[in-house]
Amino acid sequence: MAVMTGIGIGGGSGAGPVARMAPPPALPAPRTVAAADAPAEAAAVREALLSVAADLEQRAAAASDAVAEVLSAQALMATDPALADRAEALVREGTDGAHALAAAFGEFRAGLEAAGGYFAERVADLDDLRDRSVARLLGLPMPGLPAPGHPYVLVAEDLAPADTALLDPAQVLALVTQRGGPTSHTAILAKILGLPAVVGCAAAGTLADGRQVLVDGAAGTVESDPPPATVAGAAAREERRRRQAAQASGPGRTADGHPVKLLVNLGALHELPTAAAADSEGVGLFRTEFLYLDRAQAPAMEEQAAAYRKVFTAFAGRRVVVRTLDAGADKPLPFATAADEPNPALGVRGLRVATRDPELLRTQLAAIAEAADGSGAEVWVMAPMVSVPAEAARFAELVRACGLRTAGAMVEVPAAALRAGSLARTCDFLSIGTNDLAQYAFAADRTLGSLAELLDPWQPALLDLVRMAAAAGEANSRPVGVCGEAAADPALALVLVGLGVTSLSAAPGCLAEVRAALRARTLDDCRRLAERALAAPDAATARTAVLETLGPDALEAGAEVR
Amino acid sequence: MPQRTVTIGSRSGLHARPASLFVQTAARQPVKVTVSRDGQAPVDARSLLSVLALGAQHGDDVVLAAEGDGAEAAIEELAALLARDLDAKE
Repeated sequence: MAVMTGIGIGGGSGAGPVARMAPPPALPAPRTVAAADAPAEAAAVREALLSVAADLEQRAAAASDAVAEVLSAQALMATDPALADRAEALVREGTDGAHALAAAFGEFRAGLEAAGGYFAERVADLDDLRDRSVARLLGLPMPGLPAPGHPYVLVAEDLAPADTALLDPAQVLALVTQRGGPTSHTAILAKILGLPAVVGCAAAGTLADGRQVLVDGAAGTVESDPPPATVAGAAAREERRRRQAAQASGPGRTADGHPVKLLVNLGALHELPTAAAADSEGVGLFRTEFLYLDRAQAPAMEEQAAAYRKVFTAFAGRRVVVRTLDAGADKPLPFATAADEPNPALGVRGLRVATRDPELLRTQLAAIAEAADGSGAEVWVMAPMVSVPAEAARFAELVRACGLRTAGAMVEVPAAALRAGSLARTCDFLSIGTNDLAQYAFAADRTLGSLAELLDPWQPALLDLVRMAAAAGEANSRPVGVCGEAAADPALALVLVGLGVTSLSAAPGCLAEVRAALRARTLDDCRRLAERALAAPDAATARTAVLETLGPDALEAGAEVR
Repeated sequence: MPQRTVTIGSRSGLHARPASLFVQTAARQPVKVTVSRDGQAPVDARSLLSVLALGAQHGDDVVLAAEGDGAEAAIEELAALLARDLDAKE
């Protein structure tokens, strides 16, 4: 029985057998195919492609619209006559099937990449297809999600959105990855699905299929071959945790009645039903990039308004905070991003694009205003990447000129936190994006797992910036929300409230625990927890200090905060 | 050889969804139709990968060509498809 450590995500735990994400097949040593064997080898290659196509069609039939479209396109690629012809030609020249497939795919891959833009984005789908065909030909396990036929703990080196598109939460007990950090795809997915997860657990490489493990998202541990008593104890705690989370409902507030609005994050229309059905007071972060991605030109006003109206009517009677287009950096858009920026994350992105192309922002605001009219939702608008007060003031002016009442600024750039007072005086509210704020404050690329420690939202320096922004909001009677991953961590949520944050926005599945944690503590408790976190020398100590103070039953009312 | 020049009507060019529709329609034709762009070598319209690799953007011109019985009708049908905005919601 060994205990491995990593970064825990969420507060839950799950136990069960391991099923590993199958890696892409390794190509065997190349061999020459004799002329007499070529027909059979070529037939096997064609058969592999057809078989993969059939498998994809089957899964497309069972999947949701968006996923089905991707899978169908892949199936169409797998039956591409030019691809099969090329692979066969290589076989007849003497190349073995696996290498012929890899080479043929490689040629088409180069063509797609050369075409650039969204054509180049299909390359990942093509690579996946290559891996599947080669695996099928060689009789190796299909790369991707395992299907053991019973619930399992998914273990992988890392997980990408393409890997997990078809993940069935009913079959997966927990997620464990060897790489990744608190804001990686795995962590985000775990929170959305409400699954316990441990990421950045390098030792998990040794876990083989079938091994029994206990994954503890709160402690950040993965224990192999756990004794039955340990498993039972964890299951009982998990049961109690879920029960307590389910008991609390309605608006967020502390034990002594201090209100903290609990809102959901929303990034695409297909997330709307779940988001609207969740027990929340509205949307704290409505990301609008989904309307602009995969386009050569910006969407027209009417198209935008129609999409926004769907969201606003679903949230009639509640608040929706819309974030205007945040293009650039890891979300490049051909019509909004300069082609040759050496550092896109530090370039013309977010609100800065509006200086170069004011029409883009004006059109978006006009669409928001039109959709908001008569929808019944309380629509607020905020700008991303605000760096100086003058930008915020200009934005607020434009928002009001477009007929919208409430304008805010995101606090993601440290300069904005440092001058939050001025920002608060020009806007109606502030919203702290902790993910990007950590990136810029620690000069650490969000996408690098090796820098995960710096991006940990428990970093005391980040909490200092949060306090600065929250204090500025308080001094100017403006609400200050947090909409990064930090808001989803119940213990950290208490600290944020203690620092003066007035609303929290997170994935719908995370709110219940945060609501329960808040109900169990007074505002003074939260302030004391915040002081404890700020006094810590590093993120790990801050987290441990707060968790220890809260005790094993953080959600239980009555436990004292000393 | 019968052929026709068409301007790509889909807002985001001949990618994924529009290309899939085009390729599936091409596969249903009684003759082989080729499509080319910018004087480059023509590709088989039934090959999704080859069609995608053309990198045809909104407003680009492509040339459809085919031979044999039914070539004209095949080119007509495919040309009409390309000229439409296949990105528009139905």
